[in-house]
Amino acid sequence: MRTSKQLMSGAEIFFECLKREKVEYIFGFPGGAVLKLYEKLYDVDFLQHILVRHEQGAAHMAEGYAKATGKVGVVLVTSGPGATNTVTGIADAYMDSVPIVVFSGQVATHLIGNDAFQEADIVGITRPITKHNFLVRDVKELATIIKKAFFIASTGRPGPVLVDLPKDVINSVCEFDYPEKIELRGYKPTFLGHQNQIKKAAEVLKKSKRPLLYVGGGVIMSGGHRELRLLVKENNLPITMTLQGLGAYPMTEPESLGMLGMHGTYWANQAVNNCDVLISLGARFDDRVTGKVESFANNAYKIHVDIDPTCIDKNVIVDLPIVGDVKHVLAELAAEMNEPLDLTDWWKQINAWKDECPLTYEKEDGKLRTQFVLEKIYEKTKGEAVIVSDVGQHQMWVAQYYKFNHPRSHLTSGGLGTMGFSLPAAIGASFGVKDKPIISISGDGGFQMNIQELVTAVYNKLPIKFIIINNSFLGMVRQWQELFHKEKYSFTDLSESNPDFKKVGEAFGLKAFSTDSPNNVDEILDEAFSINDGPVLVEFKVVKEEMVFPIIPSGATVNEIMIKRLDPKEMV
Amino acid sequence: MKHTISVLVENRFGAFNRVATMFSGKGFNIHSISIGETENPEISRMTIVSEGEDQIIEQIVKQLNRLIDTIKVVDLTGQSRVERELALITVFYQKGTRAEITNICEIFRGKVVDINNKTLTLEITGPPNKIDAVVNVLETYGIKEMARSGTVALKRGEQLKSEKNLVTQ
Repeated sequence: MRTSKQLMSGAEIFFECLKREKVEYIFGFPGGAVLKLYEKLYDVDFLQHILVRHEQGAAHMAEGYAKATGKVGVVLVTSGPGATNTVTGIADAYMDSVPIVVFSGQVATHLIGNDAFQEADIVGITRPITKHNFLVRDVKELATIIKKAFFIASTGRPGPVLVDLPKDVINSVCEFDYPEKIELRGYKPTFLGHQNQIKKAAEVLKKSKRPLLYVGGGVIMSGGHRELRLLVKENNLPITMTLQGLGAYPMTEPESLGMLGMHGTYWANQAVNNCDVLISLGARFDDRVTGKVESFANNAYKIHVDIDPTCIDKNVIVDLPIVGDVKHVLAELAAEMNEPLDLTDWWKQINAWKDECPLTYEKEDGKLRTQFVLEKIYEKTKGEAVIVSDVGQHQMWVAQYYKFNHPRSHLTSGGLGTMGFSLPAAIGASFGVKDKPIISISGDGGFQMNIQELVTAVYNKLPIKFIIINNSFLGMVRQWQELFHKEKYSFTDLSESNPDFKKVGEAFGLKAFSTDSPNNVDEILDEAFSINDGPVLVEFKVVKEEMVFPIIPSGATVNEIMIKRLDPKEMV
Repeated sequence: MKHTISVLVENRFGAFNRVATMFSGKGFNIHSISIGETENPEISRMTIVSEGEDQIIEQIVKQLNRLIDTIKVVDLTGQSRVERELALITVFYQKGTRAEITNICEIFRGKVVDINNKTLTLEITGPPNKIDAVVNVLETYGIKEMARSGTVALKRGEQLKSEKNLVTQ
């Protein structure tokens, strides 16, 4: 290792810092403003650079890597278009609190503001979608800023940080000194929850007859799943999870009610509607969860645990806020609970709701449906896989039909809802996780949004299973058009324009399969799962007009839940 | 209800922009915003006057705190404080009205800082409602143009501790 106080170029400092931060992978694409970095990278052996085909892919790969491992994902792109192409990925990471650091090249400092070639004010552009961002104006600041970037991205409520690197800064030379510790006087996340508030929460919970835990991605990020399990098991508490929370608690366990919200289970939503104490853990009362805010859990005393104070009282006013790290608060809360609650009646009620409206779909007509495919994938993997879903109908079915049993086993774009997320995110996850199969599940629409990254998967021989659920429609939009927009299927029918996905896969160098029959699913999946020296592509041509149920229409209450498609005969 | 919020931020490239971006991105309104160095050149003080329900103001304070460059946020509303704004007002005068206007200026303890054959420019300082009152009176003579600084404010009585102490707290 180099000794400190040595004269080094900005480029050398850059990689020395990444080494200190134990960066394993950089997802990137070279260009004019970062040539010096790529020149240095040529001789770097302690990390691997993954060449992408579009910078949006790089950002999602970093997200996939970060979500699957909990480590910081790193992106390196050039100035101008290189930087602006990462914007969707950065916004996605911001919404879902994913720790990534994006290094963007920038024109030389004396050219900034001159409309120089490949110049874009990426710091200005990303200001509202990053946790923080930096423009490095002097090489002497570089090491400290990189240290700060990783620290900010990975602590508190995680999030993306962008560091803009002007060309002259990278070329200049200074003494290298990597700070051991950094001081950010404006940034001190509250880690420990307030003792009295936690005690009070326990008192409320002890008296509760119908408690419910509402668990979000924060539990997974804080690593609090064991503490959660302890609290749930010892007190026999029912638990429902948000899309990002899936995996925080095993869905095979009886205490799990599955997902809540717009496409959540009937019984989870009824439980929310009827509980007397709702404990929100690392969740943010998103509109897809609450529906009509005024009616959300309005019988309940609401306790909200979150590390980000801005989440509290933002959408729903709560009775008892606890700001702190969820893992820590969970442990303290569990310790405060001394004897198990008697929730017999409450469980009886929940189970009655479960029997009343179970998740179901048509199985007898011989046609292939997404739900069936997902049940089969679960059967093959038993929850021991990383499932990376895209956005739309299949994403909701994944949440409903795949039983997630481990944290970080379900990766999806929840907040921003970015179509095209799954394919590159699965690639990022595949670099981070070697001991579990990585399964990317996309619709035919989303798959085409970052299809270029198939090259990256093939070139790196990643054993990813790319599953395409092809209903020849932008299915979720089609569903809303049917339900809420007078059945005007405006620009959602892809049947005449879709490519032959099997051929596309083969052209990229993947082994590819396709079927439209439920009878072939087993065989194809078995074969696909047996290939581990590179990616495979499996297209399932499913029925076109299937809809996701249940659905609580946007801004509606649980009472307006729709369980199934209305039979024309039933409609008056 | 109007709130006066005092914010200490790092005196650094982009810090002001971050605050402004947050306000527009979250749809919070700003009545006035002013910024300048404090006794510590590394730190700037922003004084923001905003209006909204208590829940909104609480969110504004939290969102301000959440910004990495923000060191301290205090909602001065309801606290004993000194609040001042400076206004430069250029007013049209005619033969008979010049004395009247300078007289009004004196009543409000302002200064005449410029004059030509048609207009007088007055400098008025005071709490924002005093400036409103001056503007109200001068409107009858015809205001040519006006520049207001926005409110600056400090807590009264017990002095705000020096920033060094704030940080170590």
